[in-house]
Amino acid sequence: MTVVPGSPRSRLDPEPLPRRDWLGLASLWSAGSAMLFALLGSMRLPKAAIVAAQSKGFDVALPESLRIGEAFVPPNRAVAVFRDAEGVYAISTICTHLGCVVKPGAEGFECPCHGSRFKPDGAVSRGPAPRPLAWLKVTPGDGIFHVDEGKTVPPGTKVTV
Amino acid sequence: MSTPALEELKSNLRAAPKRILDTAFRSGKPSTDRTRSTFIFGNVFLHLHSTRVHRWTLRWSTTLGLGLATTAAFLITLITGVLLMFYYKPYPDAAYQSIKDIHFVVPTGRFMRNIHRWAANVMVVAVILHMARAFYTASYRKPREFNWLIGMGLLATTLGLSFTGYLLPWDQLAYWAITIGANIAQSPREVTDAIGITDWFDPGGAQRFLLLGSDTLGPEALIRFYLLHVMILPLALVALMSVHFWRIRKDGGLARPAGADERLPDPAGAMYPVFTQAPAKTYSLAAIVKGRTAAVGQGPENTVPSMPHLFYAELGVFMLTTLVCLALALVSDAPLKELANPNVPENPAKAPWYFLGLQELVSFSAFVGGIGIPMIVLAGLGLIPYLDREDSGTGEWFGGSGGPGVVKQALVVGFGAALAIETFAIRFGWIREWYLAAPQLLITILNPGTLLAAAYGIYSVWLVKRHRSARAGALGLFTCFLCGFLVLTAIGTYFRGPNWVFYWSPSDWPRH
Ligand code: HEM
Ligand code: FES
Repeated sequence: MTVVPGSPRSRLDPEPLPRRDWLGLASLWSAGSAMLFALLGSMRLPKAAIVAAQSKGFDVALPESLRIGEAFVPPNRAVAVFRDAEGVYAISTICTHLGCVVKPGAEGFECPCHGSRFKPDGAVSRGPAPRPLAWLKVTPGDGIFHVDEGKTVPPGTKVTV
Repeated sequence: MSTPALEELKSNLRAAPKRILDTAFRSGKPSTDRTRSTFIFGNVFLHLHSTRVHRWTLRWSTTLGLGLATTAAFLITLITGVLLMFYYKPYPDAAYQSIKDIHFVVPTGRFMRNIHRWAANVMVVAVILHMARAFYTASYRKPREFNWLIGMGLLATTLGLSFTGYLLPWDQLAYWAITIGANIAQSPREVTDAIGITDWFDPGGAQRFLLLGSDTLGPEALIRFYLLHVMILPLALVALMSVHFWRIRKDGGLARPAGADERLPDPAGAMYPVFTQAPAKTYSLAAIVKGRTAAVGQGPENTVPSMPHLFYAELGVFMLTTLVCLALALVSDAPLKELANPNVPENPAKAPWYFLGLQELVSFSAFVGGIGIPMIVLAGLGLIPYLDREDSGTGEWFGGSGGPGVVKQALVVGFGAALAIETFAIRFGWIREWYLAAPQLLITILNPGTLLAAAYGIYSVWLVKRHRSARAGALGLFTCFLCGFLVLTAIGTYFRGPNWVFYWSPSDWPRH
């Protein structure tokens, strides 16, 4: 900036807006927007396109001795499979409050974490859980049933062989 | 056959050790005021300090050393944390084994782990107390408003460090506490589900997915927590700390009452006037700097050189903090439960103690306890310096309108309201126990957490009107929230057992 001789401006006064420097401004903006786009692009990274987790679908063979209303919990699955006169159905045992695993019992399900209770059909009967337990899709196969933890079905959906 | 050149070389060699020292510390021994000053501003690590500090700053009652204790605790976690990293493996199951190795096999491993754990706890306690100190002495006021905001960032980062560290041992305690934590991140769904828009707009699900890197708590989650814990958050903390300290200097040192100079006892004999005449102007870097600093019109009579006065005080706090951490680490081991089991929740599954107050609220509504109330508290805290624009009582304990009287009253209101609402909820249950078909949105809006926050809010608005002062309202609100935090944390920590049922003592817990 050139100082006009004889101008009364003191060095303590704020400087007037400098003459527009197109090259400077242009590089500033292009650097800024490049950085913005780079940031947006790299923010895409933490969201995986393919989730590495155990497969959601699995097969169960129900034991002959399984009584009506008794839960069968396949090993390492947060699912309870039931059989009654109308057919076979599966209810997720993941609490809809904050994700603890609920325990199936005679009167329904009980969550150890904050005391939510669910009726045998998964409806909330007390506690902080906001939603009923999810019913999962069951497909009958050859002497087995295929359960898909990733697909929910309306409560009351039961399948027969 | 010695030549002069060789002689010179020899004598240079002899003189080398002293010369190395002299060139490293160019100002010589810090024995005069001038050399003490150069000792500070000639050293890259020390020159964050000003060369002289006001005597008010050095009084114990000004800060209680709490900010320094937080810094000291952080440095201890930093050193012990780096040591733990020698053996820690951030992969499920291997992580648990490596912590077990650290605990039972590695020489001094258990001690280092204990120190790390305890220093982390000390840091959380110290940072909360430090914030309370800054609040009660009204030190957040002009020109320190922004440093209060930086402090909020430091608080959040400290809690984030603790939370991410909690998962690393990959034991039952860690696994279920983080499961609950990650689902809290997802709890905006409680609201989006209730109004039926989750399919299009699901910020909760996105947050949880980002945190866990998958839809279950597994290796991706552990590596993310590890990265946050040992790298991203410590770096963020160091960056924020640097700004925090730098701004203390730029804001003219610590806040002190307007009449501090008169109220200090006469300086000790060793002190002498530095200027015989008060300077009319201070010269900053150059005349391009606008404005006049607080030193204009007064000599630095009530200041003392930072070296040694401030440094010895700092060293004292550092040693004391270290002592506390070491003592705790010697008497009490960091917990380690069984290996994480995704099929069987720990019962009760408890987060670190400072989150148990929130967990208590979460047991009524996940969204309110996990996101709603924390957001309100953070926003409220952040706004304090911008709503209280008064200037009476700055730098004074419980200073400002209302003063200690309001604080005492607020203690009664704060404890009373929290205890009353919790007693009611524990004794009679909550809406769903009376009326099963109650819509979730009703419970989200009306629950002990929201009611308590509303009661505190109304009380503080009343205080603002009564004392015609935002400071009085702030004193009341801050004290109330502190009381609520204490009550809820104590209940969550000591009185909640399996299935989050209320028990007077863990000895009453059912055996399973
Ligand atoms: C403000 C700072 C910090 C806090 C509050 C904190 C907190 C914690 C907590 C609560 C744990 C769990 C400890 C346990 O179960 O024994 C932990 C573990 C760990 N931390 Fe930190 N930490 C901090 C800084 C650091 C830093 C800076 C590093 C490394 C550069 C670090 C490395 C580790 C490692 C490797 C573990 C796993 C070992 C273990 O669980 O015992 N920490 N931290
Ligand atoms: S997770 Fe089931 S009640 Fe909280």
